[in-house]
Parts: sequence; structure tokens; C-alpha cells
Amino acid sequence: MSFTGVFLILFLIVHVGINACIFANDGGQMFNTAAHFMGANIVPRILEVGLFAGFILHIIQGYMLTVKNKSARKVSYAIDYGNKGSKWYSRSMALLGTLVLLFLILHLSNFWIPNRSSQGFSLGGEIDLYEKMKETFSGHDIITILTILVYVLGCAALGYHLAHGFQSAFKTLGVHNKRYQVMLTNIGYGFAVIVSLAFAMMPISFHFGLLN
Amino acid sequence: MLDAKIPSGNLDNKWTDYKGHCKLVNPANKRKLEVIVVGTGLAGASAAASLGELGYKVKVFCFQDSPRRAHSIAAQGGINAAKNYQNDGDSVFRLFYDTIKGGDYRAREANVHRLAEVSVNIIDQCVAQGVPFAREYGGLLSNRSFGGTQVQRTFYAAGQTGQQLLIGAYQALERQVALGNVTQYARHEMLEIVMVDGKARGIIARNLVSGQLERHFGHAVLLCSGGYGNVFYLSTNAMGSNVTAAWKAHKQGAYFANPCFTQIHPTCIPVSGDHQSKLTLMSESLRNDGRIWVPKKQGDNRKPNEIPEEERDYYLERRYPAFGNLVPRDVASRAAKERCDAGYGVGSSKQAVYLDYAAAIERYGRTEITKQGRDLASVSKEEIIALGKDVVKEKYGNLFDMYEKITGENPYEVPMRIYPAVHYTMGGLWVDYELMTTVKGLYALGEANFSDHGANRLGASALMQGLADGYFVIPYTIGNYLADEIYNKPISTEHEAFAAAEKAVADRLKTLINIKGNTSVETFHKRLGKIIWDKCGMARNEEGLKQAIADVQQLKKEFWSDVKIPGAIDEFNPELDKAGRVADFIELGELMCKDALNRNESCGGHFREESQTEDGEALRHDDQYMYVAAWEYAGDSNWNLHKEELKYEVIKPSQRNYK
Amino acid sequence: MEHYNMNLNLKVWRQKNSKTNGEFKMYRVENISSEMSFLEMFDVLNEQLIAAGDEPIAFDHDCREGICGMCSMYINGKPHGPWQANTTCQLHMRAFKDGDTIVVEPWRANAFPVIKDLVVDRSAFDRIIQAGGYVSVNTGNAVDGNAIPINKDNADAAFAAAMCIGCGACVAACKNSSAMLFLSAKVSHLALLPQGEPERHSRVLNMVAQMDKEGFGACTNTGACEATCPKEISISNIARLNQEYLSASLVAEK
Repeated sequence: MSFTGVFLILFLIVHVGINACIFANDGGQMFNTAAHFMGANIVPRILEVGLFAGFILHIIQGYMLTVKNKSARKVSYAIDYGNKGSKWYSRSMALLGTLVLLFLILHLSNFWIPNRSSQGFSLGGEIDLYEKMKETFSGHDIITILTILVYVLGCAALGYHLAHGFQSAFKTLGVHNKRYQVMLTNIGYGFAVIVSLAFAMMPISFHFGLLN
Repeated sequence: MLDAKIPSGNLDNKWTDYKGHCKLVNPANKRKLEVIVVGTGLAGASAAASLGELGYKVKVFCFQDSPRRAHSIAAQGGINAAKNYQNDGDSVFRLFYDTIKGGDYRAREANVHRLAEVSVNIIDQCVAQGVPFAREYGGLLSNRSFGGTQVQRTFYAAGQTGQQLLIGAYQALERQVALGNVTQYARHEMLEIVMVDGKARGIIARNLVSGQLERHFGHAVLLCSGGYGNVFYLSTNAMGSNVTAAWKAHKQGAYFANPCFTQIHPTCIPVSGDHQSKLTLMSESLRNDGRIWVPKKQGDNRKPNEIPEEERDYYLERRYPAFGNLVPRDVASRAAKERCDAGYGVGSSKQAVYLDYAAAIERYGRTEITKQGRDLASVSKEEIIALGKDVVKEKYGNLFDMYEKITGENPYEVPMRIYPAVHYTMGGLWVDYELMTTVKGLYALGEANFSDHGANRLGASALMQGLADGYFVIPYTIGNYLADEIYNKPISTEHEAFAAAEKAVADRLKTLINIKGNTSVETFHKRLGKIIWDKCGMARNEEGLKQAIADVQQLKKEFWSDVKIPGAIDEFNPELDKAGRVADFIELGELMCKDALNRNESCGGHFREESQTEDGEALRHDDQYMYVAAWEYAGDSNWNLHKEELKYEVIKPSQRNYK
Repeated sequence: MEHYNMNLNLKVWRQKNSKTNGEFKMYRVENISSEMSFLEMFDVLNEQLIAAGDEPIAFDHDCREGICGMCSMYINGKPHGPWQANTTCQLHMRAFKDGDTIVVEPWRANAFPVIKDLVVDRSAFDRIIQAGGYVSVNTGNAVDGNAIPINKDNADAAFAAAMCIGCGACVAACKNSSAMLFLSAKVSHLALLPQGEPERHSRVLNMVAQMDKEGFGACTNTGACEATCPKEISISNIARLNQEYLSASLVAEK
């Protein structure tokens, strides 16, 4: 879980970095250049396969772990320990992960699939993703509103998932020095807030026309 | 006269000579020899682990759910060893001398000297096992001082020394379990010794979960089942601590020695009401800084902080100006009782005295100010006290927290209330130099034997003795016996002796559960405790003891006709377990009073009111009582007294004086 | 501290043995003093049950001073009850007030099967220790206690981990019924000391394997164990365990 988790965190850094290019407010020029690099260059495309493998592994491991952990207590308590002992989101990683997965499916079908299918899944020739984003989020119809809602909720779920997952991954990888643990926990909170806010701001910005 | 089989020769060389000449068992034969160990405290766990390492086939039993729960775990202060790491003049001889003197000259010289000799090996062994003793900044072991000695020889792990040592022994034991040398039987209680041809050859144990009786064979049986302090009902012992294993052995012929030697620890949290189930000890180290007092006026109901200085009686400082609050345990306990009996006790029960830290807090606060290089005159009293509290917190924080948890009172603000409580029993099964009881093949180790502590045990010596017996004494002495047993094949548990022993146990359980009376086991236990505490507690006299014997006999009759035990035999039934233990405590209680009546002198923890000096101090009678009283069971309420003469070849006994 | 008396309703799990199903039963106790310990309150209830001809409630307890680790009740949704850094036997009734209803359950985890009522079988912990929670040194093999100086910080940290009383509250509190805090306390204790060094790798691998075999869940770092531990064993021990495990796995030959 922790290895794939850290791998996916690294992906998030790349993803949020590239997508943040839209905030350059240059009509998507910078963003599209970056997106083109990711789509047209062989190296990111090979890494992309690894990324999918990482996601799938993370998801499968996650569900298997959840099933194993749930089955370790057949008779449950009448009164739950609840938030007296731990944070709700640390106990809800499977639920949060599932929400992120649902969002991810929508997200892929919105962008990645149309983009890659337009290239016939080979290198180069991708669509104008900036325009695609604008198109997806700018409308005021019910579908768009719902889509934005799912995106914002998905980002919130991702934020909480990261708030626990970030520091937990490093604990599982054996960082036991208390000083580093405190540092990593705080970085984790920061990362969770920045990444989820940055992603959530994208559909919101398009929708409310905050970008040219 | 009993023969303790003490090796001849110079005291210094006895143990070395013994080890050099005792019989050995070769490794191939060890695999064929089976040893049963009952109890998994420091003595039991260390013995079982060490014998397993040597190659014997060991079975170990405990009534708790895991060997790690044994009550050795609750020891706080530390463990003594004559390491002389502090270069303060300690030596094997000094540890030996302090222990003999502390025991008020009622212990066996040869055993105590051996104890002092092996004490150094214990520390090494425990460190090697990973016991995290306290250390100095240089990485070396730290020592603290303890009552009754003038050197720093106590090794400790914060206030949890017993826990750490037991976990070390427990881990060594579990390692042998993993290697297959030891088989572990948790939640099992030994209920009978099986005797074949005059030798202990096994036990009957009850599986406390299923209620089934089991037969176990052993070429030798080791009882490491602890002390009998719970005969008083209220004590610092664990709820399950009991005398049953030792008592069964006693009834099979093992003599019971010095049962009246019980230790009352002066600093315990007092009883708060009839509901009280056990007492909690506060480490003796608190007396280093606290001042003990009661009001000068009888029945003074003012709050402690409202009583002005001149109306307080610091009775220990008044009576014993030389030692003050640091007199030995028995003296401090009796002095507290004297004040309370005279009507000066405090708290709602009036059975308590104050242990006051106000003076220590202020003293430490002033030292801190001086350390900071500030002028005392310029500092407010509040600041001094705040600083002093920090120092006290650092030294005694965990004890103060414990006090607050139990009483709900803040000991930094109000003086603590303390009262003596039963803590340790020096008496136990009589053993010879090899730790064998008067039954062949039956050994007693640790607190279960009548031990090396004489009439009074010094602090930090119980852990030392338990581990000495288990790690370093029994592995040698048992070989001396088992070497001759290699010719004896294991006896089948189908043997008639096993069948008869099992039937006797089953019958007794049936009798108990079928009484179906009206009074709970707990009620009987409380009544027994009250009789023993009132008449055979901190002070004893002939009239009271005679009355107590009659009362206990009466209680025994009532118990066997009126006890009410719910549930069935063949199931998990803690009430039935407890009933069996209380039945044995009742019988032991009678013997205790008998022994106390017989010993018409005051020594150590045993104070006979008839035998005291003009100013109320204990008075020994070496001319008449320089012996171990070993009692042989001779049927219902009947015992024969055997004596083991105590010969002091090296030390000259003297009357203790703490004025 | 003012003392007071209270009447309480108790909802307690009753289960005849490991083979039968259990259920909650309601009991009422009256005139309970605020000075009593929680287990003394149970003593009162049991005496009441015995007098009425009912079976008393079975519960584990021994030292009643918070060190043996035998007591084990899950009280109002928290192992060892509402106080921090505390065991059930040291919980006192002033934590409750007149008229309260207290729900008492056994530790619940497949690896801790119920034996009767509130008593569970924690022998899995013994087997985890048997898998490697020791230093392999036979009696008599030791060098002088001061032969190997140990850095005081390490000795203190080892002691802090070794304070574990093996009560199982960490498992009871964990949503995954994981025994990682217990296991990590032992691994840390021995990993921090030079005496534990020779068996460092095999110890952690074997103990983790045994823990999995016993049916405990896996750790997801929620921190519930640390919050409930009566000896405040730090969760950073789990991270140290993970480090030990990873490095041992990397160098393992099989």
C-alpha cells in the first residue's frame, strides 16, 4: 500500500503541476504544451503504463486489506470507539478511496479516453485538452453542474485520503524518528490541502469564468 | 532437629564446594527426566527456562492467562546485587550481613551467603536478556539506595523493576517453549501432589477453562507459587495469589516454616471502605523525602492544611531521632498502628497517618532558586513551591499519579494518607540448602519457601531471591537429586497413585460445590482476613491468638457447611477456584496463629506484645527462639513442631536499635 | 475530593462459553461509592448475583494495580474505560455519575476468542513472543552487566517500549484488530539494545509471520492503539517495526 501510495503521490505532484499551468492564464498555451509532451513522448507514455499498474495494485491491495481487516473482528462492538481514539478519515480510507475511484472513472472518461482514443493510443496527435476542459466545465446545464459537483467531492475525498495516507505511507515505510514524523505529518496535511484545492479550483475556475 | 544439609567448611566456600561436588546428570539423560514447575513468577519462570535450557523436559503451570501476569510483576523498587559498581564499599559479605541483620537474625547463614554470591550473576544475566535497567549518561548501570543499607546497590528500571525482570524471565521461558523443551499450561491450577513410594512424582491440575482434572507426571516437582499474604484478605498481593499449591504440599508431608513471619509495609494507600478488594503499595522510596505525622489532638477533624505546625506530631522523628522517617519497615508500621489505635488517626476511617511533602517541596524549591543563582529573598513563596513541585514530580511523579488515580486527591496540594498493609510473607515451605522440602523430589523456590529473609525482608531483596533460586541455585541442586532418578522410568499417569489423587481432588470439588449454603466465598474470606489482621497482624498477644485460633476453627466449620458456590465444576468457574483457595487460607490462618503463639518473642515482622522493651520496642529472645519453627501437618487442626537450630558462625546477633 | 454514592444501570455482555452466542443483559447496582474501583463495583454486582442465585459475571483481573495486564473490559466504547493511560482495575467510580448506564463488552477480535462473559483468550500474544520476542542467551552465558555501555537515550527508549503490559487493549481499540502496537513494542525494545542485535532480522520476520497466522488484522496507522494504551506506548514503535521488517526482508536469504 505504502509503496504504491508514495508512487501515486509522485504522480499527483506531476499531474497537479501540469494542470496548474492553466492558471498561467495564457489561453491554455503552456498547459497544452505540457500535455503534449506527456502524450507525444515515449517516456511518459511508458510510465503511464506503470501508473495504471500502480493504480490497479493500490486499489486491489486496498480492497484486499480492507476485507482482511474487517474479517479480523467477526462480532463487532455495540458501542464504537469512534473519534475518541482516531480521526474519522484515517478509519475511512477504503470509503474515501472508493469515492476517489468513482471520480477517477468519470475523470478518465471525460479526458483521458477521448484524448488517447483520438491518437489511436499511439504517440502524438492528441486533442486540445484546454478546450476540452473549458467545454466540460463551462456550461450551466445540469450535467455540467453535476460533473463539477462530482469533481469537487472527488477532490475533497482525495484530500482526506491524502491527509492520512501521506504520513501513514511513510510510517509504513519505517520512518520512526519523531522529528521526521512530525515534519512528514505536517507536509502531508499541506500537500493534501494544496493538491485537493488546486484540482478543485480547475473546474470551478472554468465554470465561473475566472480564466480567459 | 531438622537437618538442612548445609555443606561443611568455610562460609565463603560452601557454595563453591557444593557446586564442585554435587552429582551431575549427563545431557542424554536430562532429556529423559521430567520436571514440573508450578508458578511462573520470577522463581518459576527463571527455573523453568534454565532447566529447559539444560535439556530437562519441563512442564510449567500458572493459574493466570499467561505466565507474564505473575505477581512478581508488581514489584516497584529494585533488585539488590553486590556489584560494588559505585565503589562505595559494597561486597558479598556486606550484602550477606545486611540481609541477616535486616532479617533480625532468624535466617540461615549459608543460604543468605549463597544468595549474596549469586546476586552479581543475576544482574549480568538480566542485562544479557535485554532487561532495560536504568543507566547513567555514560551508558553504565545506575544504582539507588534502599532501606536498611548504607551502600547503593539497588538496580532498578524506573518504578517497574519487577515487571522488567519478569518479562525477561518470561521471554527466556517462551523461548524454551518455542524450542519444545518446556510445555506451558496457562489457566491451570495445581490441586494435588502425587506421591509414589514417598517421593513427589507428579501433580493433579485443573484446567480452569474446561474444569477438567489433568494428571501430570514429573521426576521432580518445583513449587514457585509465591506467598500467602492474601490470608489477610486485604494485602498488596494480586487477587489470585494463593497458598493452595504450598498447602497441598504441606498436607502431603512438606513442613511449613515460620508462617507467622509476615511483612507489613508501612506506606500503602489506606482502606477507603468495606468494598475494598486490595491494597496498593506506594514505594518505600517516598519516605526518603516525606515527613510522617498525625495531629497532636485526638480525633482532630480539621483538614490537614488547617492544622498548624505546632499542633502536628511527627512521631517517627520524635521517637527515633537517629533514623527518623527512615526506620525499617516493621518499626514504621508498628508506630503508625500505635498512633491510630491511640485515637490520633486521620481520614474518614481514622486508620491512616499523613505523609507530607510540603517541607520537601519547599526545600527543593529553594535549592532550585539557589541553583539558578538567584537571591532567595527576592523570590515569592509561590514560585519556590512551583519549582519544588517540579522536582518532586520528576522524582516521584508516577507514584503521585497513582495516588491521585486511586484517591482522587492531589498529593502535591494535600498530604497523602497512608497506612501499613500486608505485603510479603517470609514464612513458607521449609527447605534445606538444596531448596528441597521435607518431601523427596519436591522443591520450593522464591517467596513460596521460608526463604532467606528471616523475620523481616529488606527492600529490593525479594526479586533477588526469586531469581537466585531459579537461575542459579536449582539448576545445580536438582541435578544432585535427579542423578539418582535416571534409573526410574516415567511413571504412567494410569498408576493408582494418580487415580487416587485425582479422585481425592474431584471429591473435594464435589463436596465444595454441593454445600449449597447461603454465604459467598468472598464473605468468608473477608471474615478470615479480619480475624487474622486483628489478632495476628502488626501486634500479637497470647489471648488474642488463642481467640483467633478458636475463631478460625469456627469459621472453618461454617465454611464447610454454609458456603455458596454458583455454577458447575466442569466449566470456567472463578467462584469455585476462589472457594478452594479460601478453604486453604482458613487452614493456614490457624497454623499462623499457632506459630505466632508458639514464638513468644518479638522479632522482625512478628511483634508479641508480651515481649517488648520499656519504651515499646521489639525484644528478641535468642536463648529460646533461635530456631526455625517447621510445622508438620498431623491431621485436622493438628501440627507437630520441628525445629531447625540457627547457628551463627560468622555473624554475632545483636539487638536492633534505631534510636 | 467529595465522595458520593450512585445508582447505575449496567449493560453487560454475557456468554456461557466460546461455543455459544452471547447477549447483553441489564443489571442495576445501587449505593456505589465514588471511591470504589470499577472492578470493586463488579464485585458488588457479583455478590448481588450470587445472593440472588444467579451466576456471577466472569472477568479477568489479578494485580488490581495496573501492571499485570490481566484486566480487559471494553467500557462505554473504549478499552479500559474513559480515563487516559489507565487500566480497568485503576478506573474509579468517580468517573461516573448517578443514573449512568454503562455498557461493558469483552475485547473483540477473532484472535481473542471469548472464553466466558468478559474473559477472552489472549494466548496468541504468548505465541507471538515465542516466535522471537527474546534474546537467545542461556543462563550463565552472560558477560558483566557493565561490559557493554548502552546509550542512555536508547536504554530509556527501550524501557518505554518494554513497559507494555500485554493487555491487548491496542487490539481491542483497533478497527482492524491489529496487534502491531504490541508486536512493535517488543521488537523496538530488543532492537534498541545491543543484546538484541544478533537476532534482529529473524526476530522481526518470525514475529510478524506469527502475528499474521494468529488472525490479527493489518495496521493502517489510525492511532487508536496509542490513544488507548494504558502505558502510552508510542505508535512510532510501529514505524520502527516497519523499518526493521523492511530491512530484514531485503537481506533475507529465503
